[in-house]
This record gives sequence, structure tokens and C-alpha cells, in this order.
Amino acid sequence: MPDGAQPVLDVRGLKTVFRTRGGEVHAVNSVSFHLNRGELLGVVGESGSGKSVTMMSLIGLLPSPPAEVREGQVLLDGTDILKVTPRELREIRGGKVGFVFQDPMTSLNPVFTVGDQIMEPLTRHMGMTRAQARSRAAELLDLVGIPDAAKRLASYPHQFSGGMRQRVMIAIALACDPKVLIADEPTTALDVTIQAQILELVRDLRAKLGMAIVWITHDLGVIAGIADRVMVMYGGQVVEQAPVRELFGNPRHPYTRALLKTIPKLAGVREAKLQTIEGQPPILTAAPDACPFAPRCAHALPRCLAENPLRRPIGAEHDVACHWDPEPAHA
Amino acid sequence: MRDTTAPPPLVRVRGLKIHFPIYTGLFRRHTGDVRAVDDVSFDIWPGETLGLVGESGCGKSTCGRALLRLYEPTAGSVQIAGTDIATLDAGALRRARPMMQMVFQDPQASLNPRMTLADIIGEPLSEHTTLTQDERLARIYELMDQVGLNRRFANRYPHEFSGGQRQRIGIARALALNPKFVVCDEPIAALDVSIQAQVVNLLEDLQDRLGLTYLFISHDLSMVRHIADRVAVMYLGRIAELSPRDALYERPLHPYAQALLSAVPEPDPARESSRRRIILKGDVPSPARPPRGCRFCTRCPQVMPVCREVQPELAEVEPGRLVACHLYTATTQTAGPTGGTEATEHVQQGETP
Repeated sequence: MPDGAQPVLDVRGLKTVFRTRGGEVHAVNSVSFHLNRGELLGVVGESGSGKSVTMMSLIGLLPSPPAEVREGQVLLDGTDILKVTPRELREIRGGKVGFVFQDPMTSLNPVFTVGDQIMEPLTRHMGMTRAQARSRAAELLDLVGIPDAAKRLASYPHQFSGGMRQRVMIAIALACDPKVLIADEPTTALDVTIQAQILELVRDLRAKLGMAIVWITHDLGVIAGIADRVMVMYGGQVVEQAPVRELFGNPRHPYTRALLKTIPKLAGVREAKLQTIEGQPPILTAAPDACPFAPRCAHALPRCLAENPLRRPIGAEHDVACHWDPEPAHA
Repeated sequence: MRDTTAPPPLVRVRGLKIHFPIYTGLFRRHTGDVRAVDDVSFDIWPGETLGLVGESGCGKSTCGRALLRLYEPTAGSVQIAGTDIATLDAGALRRARPMMQMVFQDPQASLNPRMTLADIIGEPLSEHTTLTQDERLARIYELMDQVGLNRRFANRYPHEFSGGQRQRIGIARALALNPKFVVCDEPIAALDVSIQAQVVNLLEDLQDRLGLTYLFISHDLSMVRHIADRVAVMYLGRIAELSPRDALYERPLHPYAQALLSAVPEPDPARESSRRRIILKGDVPSPARPPRGCRFCTRCPQVMPVCREVQPELAEVEPGRLVACHLYTATTQTAGPTGGTEATEHVQQGETP
């Protein structure tokens, strides 16, 4: 960790299960990670890999039942937020931790003006009067690049385009000056040119405000352009974690390697045939005592089916959960 | 770009327009049109894959559907293998259906949940052929083999399959009648990255084996680079550029194509940090009220006065490369039909031709 500073968010051994009629689904299995101050951690994985559920569990946004956060610690600035009262948790959500969700259409309330929705956390968490909140809201809208901000406070969400709505979501998330911003696929629903605008905005805001961000996505291209460090998830577990250039330059987990090869490139040599990962992602009803990727893995060993690999360090800030030991790919 | 002995195009689209009327007010008067597709022309050669890319709302799906006459065109002609699909009467259209088929985006919504896999794949066979029960079943099995579905699954229902497998069912159904031309409308958009490659490889295999011609509609520019031979870039109902794949990706000519390609994030941190990005300002205007002149003039970084007045026509500016932009046609008007690529100095040519 840089200058021995304590990470702003430290998650240890988080385990979440869903109880269903078909048995327990082990959606998040012993996930540990930390987030340093001012850092952008990218979380990549396919649908069902547990990336969203991990983030939802750590701030208590999952409906329980069926979800149950069974084990683990989530230290936000040293306080375990899995142990706080619901009242305290409410203060943390929207206060110390801000969120941006995937779909800006459904996460804004259509019957309130955009101004009301940005002012809500300000009056609720910061104890501002409505007048104070209004002027702060206008500042925030301006910060996220919405022209004529003070006037647009009176608009309703449907009067904004998708990209503008996502800017509003970001303004709400930033309202209380959060220590941690969790962004769950914030650009997935947007077109590429609008996505480029939002990515540019986030780069800009990071430089200005310096908050720590967890950015969840399935798009490796977005990660490559924005993250400092990357965590790859598969089957409810973290399979590999490394700084961004290390991960793309020297991927060690067979899943990461395969994933990087399956995506076609925009420039350079065009492969005649795309590499594929055969098979299907796992259904997580079985007890997690085998490597979740083993059935699709080209390097699977007998041991992989008997014993779920633990994460082991293989370099500076680079760790991987895999029994197979490759020659260093780019030694 | 093609020699004269080449076969004629399989699909020839000329001046295709699809306008959806807007009715407003108490008397539901016709007050305007959403010009989803507005004067689009292109050819697709036999055995070729034409990629059709653009952002949501640009009209790419509407265009694909209109080619198979799932929408009634407002104007224009669509010839497939010499038959003008746009003007056929109902009976003739029905007889023409087997040669043109479609693979839809959402394999969940495009498969009837109450039909078994064999029913779904067999339905076009019962509708359009006179096969006996046994022949029909044999053909269903053959199709399942072709798309990599296990024969044991013939009596299962769509919900028992994963997204990738459902897309295989959709492909098998499209192939049942031995079509020549298949419109693939975002066939991989709903699938996970690791499954996308499987489906794209399958589509390519089938094209090689069966000599299919594809219109591949997608917003995923990297995947289109992989699968397409030529690519058409649409913006607000019109084609901005239509170029051979490699030429387009190496050196896009239309400012919108340039911006679109520069906005696609690449999975390479070193390139990402050094790339020059063109960040477009603002949003796509509404197709009900498109801007005067060039459709892209409200967001174009290289806009000139003429762009706000005159709509540029799609014209060949380099061999095989069609571009609708005054940056290139400005030269054509004054310097003859060859055109030029360095036309930025023609800003002063603001007068209407």
C-alpha cells in the first residue's frame, strides 16, 4: 500500500448465500479486497460472477431473505459496517458511500424533479436547509457537466437523455462528498460516444475530488482505460487481482487469459478465428469446494476438482487463485 | 472495386425510407414522422457479410427488418436475388420468405416458451415445405447438429437452455429453409463475452459451409471488425460511411465514423492512455426533427457552414469507399469526380451548389 496508509475500504472473507427452494446459492464466496484512498479498483466478471452481489452485500442493499451475508468483515475507515445498526448504515449509504447504478432510467424517481433528488441526500445527511441544498445541487449539476445547471434543477428525469441521467446519478452519488463511490456498470446502458463522455467526466472528477472508486463492469476495454488496479471475478470468487498494466500484460489465471483472448481487437492483427471458452458459467448451488473454473479450464488438474484454490501472491500486488503454475507468460 | 465478371449483388437496396407517422392532439392528426430510415442505399454481394453499425436510435435495426419487409417501407426498393421485396403482394411475399431469414437479438423473447425445441425449429418446415413427419424430424436433427445442439434436447423447452444455447436455437430456426440471406440483428448483444465468441464462430462456420450472405447489425465495433467484409456506419437514419472493413478501421473518413471508432475502449492499458479520443458533445438529435443539412452537423467537430444547409449525398470518394460528407464532396464539386481526402481547406466553400 502506498505510504503505509490504511485502505479506505477493506473487505475480508465476505460470504453471501441466497436461500432458494432449489438449495443455497453461493453467490459470493470468501471475497477479500481492499481499496486505497483515491484509487480506482476495476471489478470485472461475467453475469453471475458475483461482482454486483459483492458490492450490494457490503453495504446491505440485498433483500434478506433470500440473501444472507454469512461471514466476513467490511471495514470502512476502520469500522466494520456489517455490525452497525440499520440506522447507522443508512447514514453511511449515500453519506460516506455513494452509488451509481447501471440503468439511469430506473434508478431515478420519475415523479420528482432532478433537483429534489440531488437535494435529498444533502438535507438528509448533511443537515442543510433547502436553500443551501439547492445552491449545492446546482453546483453539483454544473460539476458533472450539465449546462444551465440552476435551471435544469426543475426538470424531471424523462426530460433528460440517457447520458444526462447518468450524469445526474453521479451528481447524487457525489452530493455528500463520499469517501467511496461504487459504480455498478455505470456505462453499460449507454452508447459508446456517450460512454466516452462519461469516462472523460469520471477521469476529470477523480483529478478534482480524489475519491476512491469501485468500478464494476464486464467490459475489459473500459477497465483498461480507467482502472488503477483490477480484480477479476468468476463463480463468486476473486480469481486474480493485479495492477491494470500487470493484469493485461501478464495475466496468470487461465480464465483471465482466455477472456483477454476471446475479445476481438479494434486494431492490429485480425484473427481468422476467435478463441472461445467452451462450456457455460457455473451454477453456484454446489458447495464451493472445487475451483469454479475447472470444468472449462484448459489446464485443469485433478487437484482442481478436489480443492478450491486459495489466492496466492505471485508478484508485487499480483495474486491469483489457481493451482496451475504457468511459466511466466511474458518473462 | 470488383471485376466485371463478379456476380450481381444478392441484395440491392435503393432509396429505402421508413417513416413512422406521429399522431397528436384530440383528433389524432398526422403531425409529423419519425424518419427512422431516410434514403438508404447499399448492395450486399453473395457470400459477403455487411456490418451495419451505429448507436441506438440510428435506424440500423429498422433497416434490417425492413429488408425482410417486417416493416412496410415508405419508399424505395429492396431487391433480394432479383425480386423486389418492397412491392410483393402477400402471397408472393410468403413464397419469398424461405430465402431470407432473421436471427433476433433477444433469444429469450424470440422463442415461444410453450414450444419445444423441435417445434420451434420445425415450424418453418411445416409452414413452407411438404416434408413428411420423418423427413421433418430428420431435418430438425440435422439442423441441431449443424448449430451444435445435442439431439437429446429436442423435446426440451427454451427456459431449460442458457442464453448462448438459445441463440443457437434461433440460428437453427433461421437456417431451416436453406435461406440465402440472413439478417443478424444484434445476435450477440445479450450474451456474455465468453459466449459471444462461440456464437460468432458458429455464424462464420455456417457461412463457409452453406454459402450464406449476412447483414450483421451490431453496436460492437470490435466484433464487427472480426466478422464483416464491409461496414456501413449509420447515423440518424442515414449511412454516413460505407467502406471495406480494413480501410474503415485503419482510416475512417467520415467525422462520425472517426469519433465512433475513437470512442470504443480497447482492452490495452498502454494504448488506452496514449490514444487520441474524439469526445463528441451532446446527444443524438431526435429522428422526428432531424437537423437541416447534414444529420451530424450539430455534433461534428469539423462542421462547415455548408453542412447546416445542404444534406451531403453518399458518394464514392476513394475506390470502394462511400462517404456522405461535404469535407469530401466539396472537392468533387470543384475538382472533378475523383475527389480528395485532404479537403479541410475547403471551408470557404459555404455557398450552396
